[in-house]
Amino acid sequence: MKDVITLKDIAVSFDGETILDGLDLSIHDGEFVTLLGPSGCGKTTTLRIIGGFITPDRGDVFFGDQRVNNVPPHKRQVNTIFQRYALFPHLNVYENVAFGMRVQKKKKAEIAETVEKMLALVNLKGFEKRAVSTLSGGQQQRVAIARALANNPKVLLLDEPLAALDLKLRKDMQVELKNIQKSLGITFVYVTHDQEEALSMSDTVVVMDGGRIQQIGTPTDIYNEPQNAFVADFIGESNILDGVMREDYKVEFFGKEFRCVDFGFEKDEPVDVVVRPEDIDIVEPEKGDLIGRVTNITFKGVHYEIIVDVKGFKWMIQTTDFHAVDSVIGIMIDPQEIQVMKKSEYSGLYGDYSSFSEEFDGLADPEAENGAAQ
Amino acid sequence: MKKKSGMLAAPFGIWMALFTIVPIGIVLWFAFTDANGQFTFDNVREIFAFDPSKGETLWNDSFVSTILYSLWLGFLTTVISLVIAYPLAFSISRATERVQLTMVMLVMLPMWMNFLLRTQAIKSLLSESGLLNQFLGLFGVGSLEILNTDVAIVIGLVYDFLPFMILPLYSVMVKIGKSEIEAAQDLGANVFSVFRRVVLPLSVPGILNGITMVFVPSVSTFVISTLLGGSKRMMIGDVIESMFVGEAPNRGVGSALALVLMVLILICMAVTRLADKSESTEEGGFAL
Repeated sequence: MKDVITLKDIAVSFDGETILDGLDLSIHDGEFVTLLGPSGCGKTTTLRIIGGFITPDRGDVFFGDQRVNNVPPHKRQVNTIFQRYALFPHLNVYENVAFGMRVQKKKKAEIAETVEKMLALVNLKGFEKRAVSTLSGGQQQRVAIARALANNPKVLLLDEPLAALDLKLRKDMQVELKNIQKSLGITFVYVTHDQEEALSMSDTVVVMDGGRIQQIGTPTDIYNEPQNAFVADFIGESNILDGVMREDYKVEFFGKEFRCVDFGFEKDEPVDVVVRPEDIDIVEPEKGDLIGRVTNITFKGVHYEIIVDVKGFKWMIQTTDFHAVDSVIGIMIDPQEIQVMKKSEYSGLYGDYSSFSEEFDGLADPEAENGAAQ
Repeated sequence: MKKKSGMLAAPFGIWMALFTIVPIGIVLWFAFTDANGQFTFDNVREIFAFDPSKGETLWNDSFVSTILYSLWLGFLTTVISLVIAYPLAFSISRATERVQLTMVMLVMLPMWMNFLLRTQAIKSLLSESGLLNQFLGLFGVGSLEILNTDVAIVIGLVYDFLPFMILPLYSVMVKIGKSEIEAAQDLGANVFSVFRRVVLPLSVPGILNGITMVFVPSVSTFVISTLLGGSKRMMIGDVIESMFVGEAPNRGVGSALALVLMVLILICMAVTRLADKSESTEEGGFAL
C-alpha cells in the first residue's frame, strides 16, 4: 500500500517540556488509523503537525514524496475535525459546509450540489438555513464532518471528535464515521483516549505514551499481543506478572513453569507476562496451576469481576460464576492465553490489583474516569 | 419571576426618567416655544437661516454649516480611531491572559485622568514650542502649526475617545476562538480570507458599539474644540453651549440645535446598522 503521510524522527517541545520524542509513523492510503493514548501522550500534537498547525523542532513530514514541513495549513490537502467542532457561529449550516469551497471560489451550482451531497451524507438534510447555535452537540458534529469532507480531502484528521457526546450518541457516531470512511475510501487519522473506540473503529492502532509510540498494530494484535506493560494495561484490563523465560515456549512465574506460545527470548531472560482477566479458568483448588483466595467480588452485568490473592499478588479474573469472598479457588491458564513481553521502563508499574477498588481505580486513572463519565 | 426581576431595573428607570426623559421634554419645550411660551417653528427655522443680502449661504454661514463641520470631524475621529484600535484590539485578544490584563489596563489608564487636563496636555504638546515640534526640529522639519487647526481637534478627539473604540472591539474579539480561526485555515483560508470571512464578521458588533461610543461624543463635544481649535471655528457643541451661557443666550435656538443634532446622530447610527445588515445577508450569512 502507498503511504500518504510519513512522519520521520519528529521531535517537539514546548517551554522545555518534551511532547514528542523521535516519532516515526507511516500512514497508508485509505487506512483508518487511530492515535491512542492518555492525555499528554502527544497524540493531538502529532495530529496538529500533520494539519500544519505545529512545525516540529526536528524531523520531517511527508505527504506522499513531498516534504511539507513549511507548508501552511491552508495549503495542505488534509482537513481537520476539531474537538469542539469549531463551527463558524456567524454562518448557518449551509454556509459552514460551503466555507472551504467559497474560499476556493468554486461555482455557485457546484457549491450547492456538494453541500447538498454532504448534508445528505451526514443525515442533516433540511437543516441548511439553521443557525449552528440551535443545533445539538451531535448535529454540530455532523456539520463539522460535512464541512471538512466538502473540501474533498485526501486525509481527514479527527481530534477526539466524539469526546463531548453522550455514550449512546457516541456509539452511533462511531458506526457512522466508520461507514463514511469506508464509502468514501479516504484516509482517517483519528485521535482518542478511549481504547474501546480505538479497537472498534480502526484498521491500525498507534498506542502512544510519553511522546513516543509504544506499539503499532491491528486492534487484535494490540489487544492479544501487547508489547509492553503500558500497552497491556492501557488497552483493557491485564494481570501483569514478573516472569522468567526458561526456554522457547516455557515461562516461569510464581515458581511454576507454564507452557506458552512465545519464543525468541534469551535463556532465563526476565520478562513481563500478561494474562487477560477473561482468559483465566477457575477450577477446583487441587486441579489449579495456582491456588488463591477471593478477596473481592463485583457484579458487572455480563460477568463478575473477582480479585484473587495468589501469594500476595492480586489477580483480576472475569467469570460468569459466583465465588464468595474468602473462598479458595484454583487457576488454570491455556498456553495461548499467556503473552510474554520484554521488560521495559513500564515494568512493575501496572498489572497488580492489590490496591484495587472502584474508587482507587478512578483516582489512579483519571482518563478512564473521564471516558466513563462522558 | 419576570415581574420581580423587572423591579431590579427600577432605580435605573427612576434615574432615566429624572435625568434623560424629563430633560429631553424640556429641550422639546424650549425648541418649539417662544419667549412667551407660545408654540413656534421659529427656533428650528433659525438653524437654517442665512442672509443672502450679506452674501451668506446655507452651507457656509448658517448653523447648518457648523453641524456639518462637527459631523465631519466626528466622522474623521471615528475612522481614525477604528483604524488604530482594530489591529491593536485583535492583537490584545490573541495574547496570553496576563498580557491581555496588562494591555487593557494600559488602554484604560488615560481615562483615570480628567479629560480637561489631558486636553490641556495635548495642547502644550502640539504648541509651536511643544514637544512634537521640538522633536521634528531634530530632523530639520520646520515648526508645524498644528495647534488651532482641525488637525489638532481631531488629534485631541482621537486621543480622548480611542479607549471607547478599543474596549468594545477587544471584548468581542476575545470571544473569537482560536479553533475557529484554525478551522478556517484548515479549510483553505489564507490570512486575508480568515480575516474577511471569520474575524471581521464576528467583530461587527464590537465595531458598531465602538463607532457609536466614539462618534456620538466627538460630534457633540465642546471643550476640546475650543482648547485645541482656537477661536477660529466652533463645533456645534460649543455653539449650543454659547446659546445657554454665552453673551447672547437664546435657549430656544440652543434647544432646537440640540434636537437637530440628536436626530442627525440617530440617523447616522441607523444608517450604520442598516449597512451592516445588508452586507451580512449577502451569501446567506448571519442567519438569526
